[in-house]
Amino acid sequence: MRSMINAKQLTHEFFRRDEEGNVEGISVALDHVDLDVEPGQFIAILGHNGSGKSTLAKHINALLTPSEGTLIVDGKDVSDPANTLDIRETAGMVFQNPDNQIIATVVEEDVGFGPENLGVPTDEIWQRVEAALRGVGMWEYRSHSPNRLSGGQKQRVAIAGVMAMEPKCIILDEPTAMLDPDGRAEVIRVAHELNEKKGITVILITHYMEEVVGADYVYVMEKGHIIMDGTPTEIFSRVDELIAHRLTVPQITLLAHKLKMAGMDIPDGILTREELIRVLCRLS
Amino acid sequence: MFREITLGQYYPADSILHRLDPRVKLFGTLIYIIVLFVASEPISFGVITAALICIIVISKVPFSYMTKGLSGIVMLLVIAGVFNLFLTPGIPIFKLGPLTISDIGLKNAAIMVIRMVYLIVGTSLMTLTTTPNQLTDGLERSMRPMSKIGLPVHEIAMMMSIALRFIPILVEETDKIMKAQMARGADFETGGIIKRAKAMVPILVPLFVSAFRRASDLAMAMEARCYHGGEGRTKMKPLTYTAADRVAYLIILLFLAGIVALSILL
Repeated sequence: MRSMINAKQLTHEFFRRDEEGNVEGISVALDHVDLDVEPGQFIAILGHNGSGKSTLAKHINALLTPSEGTLIVDGKDVSDPANTLDIRETAGMVFQNPDNQIIATVVEEDVGFGPENLGVPTDEIWQRVEAALRGVGMWEYRSHSPNRLSGGQKQRVAIAGVMAMEPKCIILDEPTAMLDPDGRAEVIRVAHELNEKKGITVILITHYMEEVVGADYVYVMEKGHIIMDGTPTEIFSRVDELIAHRLTVPQITLLAHKLKMAGMDIPDGILTREELIRVLCRLS
Repeated sequence: MFREITLGQYYPADSILHRLDPRVKLFGTLIYIIVLFVASEPISFGVITAALICIIVISKVPFSYMTKGLSGIVMLLVIAGVFNLFLTPGIPIFKLGPLTISDIGLKNAAIMVIRMVYLIVGTSLMTLTTTPNQLTDGLERSMRPMSKIGLPVHEIAMMMSIALRFIPILVEETDKIMKAQMARGADFETGGIIKRAKAMVPILVPLFVSAFRRASDLAMAMEARCYHGGEGRTKMKPLTYTAADRVAYLIILLFLAGIVALSILL
């Protein structure tokens, strides 16, 4: 099967310039990153601020192009400007700030913005807008002004805006960073639904450990490198390593780890409360 | 503090006027303005008044909404009226000390005041019955021929609609910045006008910085959603004329012809 996203030795350098425009220094945001995502997967990319995870996301949407290495999205090379629009149609992107990515003054018009840009006929735009809004559970709000919605609702509208372009892959760049816990849960739920029901490849970029738990595969980034990768169970089995990289571990995983350290017979990589309960019950 | 600002003072109601195509309303307003300045005879003004009253009744918008705009130009009205009244030469009909009112002065003053009042009432009738979105759509479509001579019509319309979207956000942001500064002891409420104006400067700086950041974010979000200018773009809500729109065009043209005929004949 052809991979959805394939990065080989992907490198991106930002040039810092002084006031005259001379190059003062180079900061390497992505340093020879290799990554492979298969269609239909739910991928999480974890990392602190400045770890290069957003830079990686912008490459997948062709907002940035590699300084070195290659990135192929659904068979198309990101470096070729002729592919830009195709790639953006294939891999939609949702950003962090919900206010700064909603363009229109009415919810349905915002969702229609992408299809309008693609030159989709009017009747089909309406069908796509309805399908997209129903998909994220915002159809009842179609004639509302985005300003009156909660953060989680705005972010769901933004997701619908991308969905209306019928992408194969959707990249969520810290979609929950500015939301309250309810909003965060809403957005993550919608992302999983799209992945499961419509088979859309989801790439979730986040620094909340709890959001990673449901993913198929996790990459952990630091300073432009991928420092760990594996399934959530594998990643969270390496509790000490995560803590060494100043990454927090979900409370349940931490509890299980501490119990194991204390001498109890508990396996690594416990992710959910149910799992821990089952293991504990078996012990006694 | 800024909560009450609403740009594009749309009044939602279900009337024929609300349902008309925005292009018709824009065209009608243009003709109306031309007619106001062409007309100079009392009969013409009678006809205009009758037409205006008809439209106001049809629009189902309360009359008080239209006169709101007038409060802003009261001073202008008074000055224009008084100067025309006393300073126009002609046959004197009334004398009070050094002040003289001539027959032409009286007529000019009356026409000037009526024109300005009608202008405000008529144009606010258009903005009251048309949503800002329809207005920008209408402008984009009616200005389309201008794009042939290099005017970036689509870009201007896009800028207008984005501005409309961001006004409430920036208003909220201003509010937040002011509160944050008040919490740290800034004083916006006391002192003379100059002192208060000076106090606004520290608000503008963070507001501008954040507006630029938002603009850059928004541009990226638009690009990510395949925005690449007006070329090859389709419309979700295309403007199409209905029978009512054609009738409205006809009425507007008849109205124009009537007023022109009146001013030629008299």
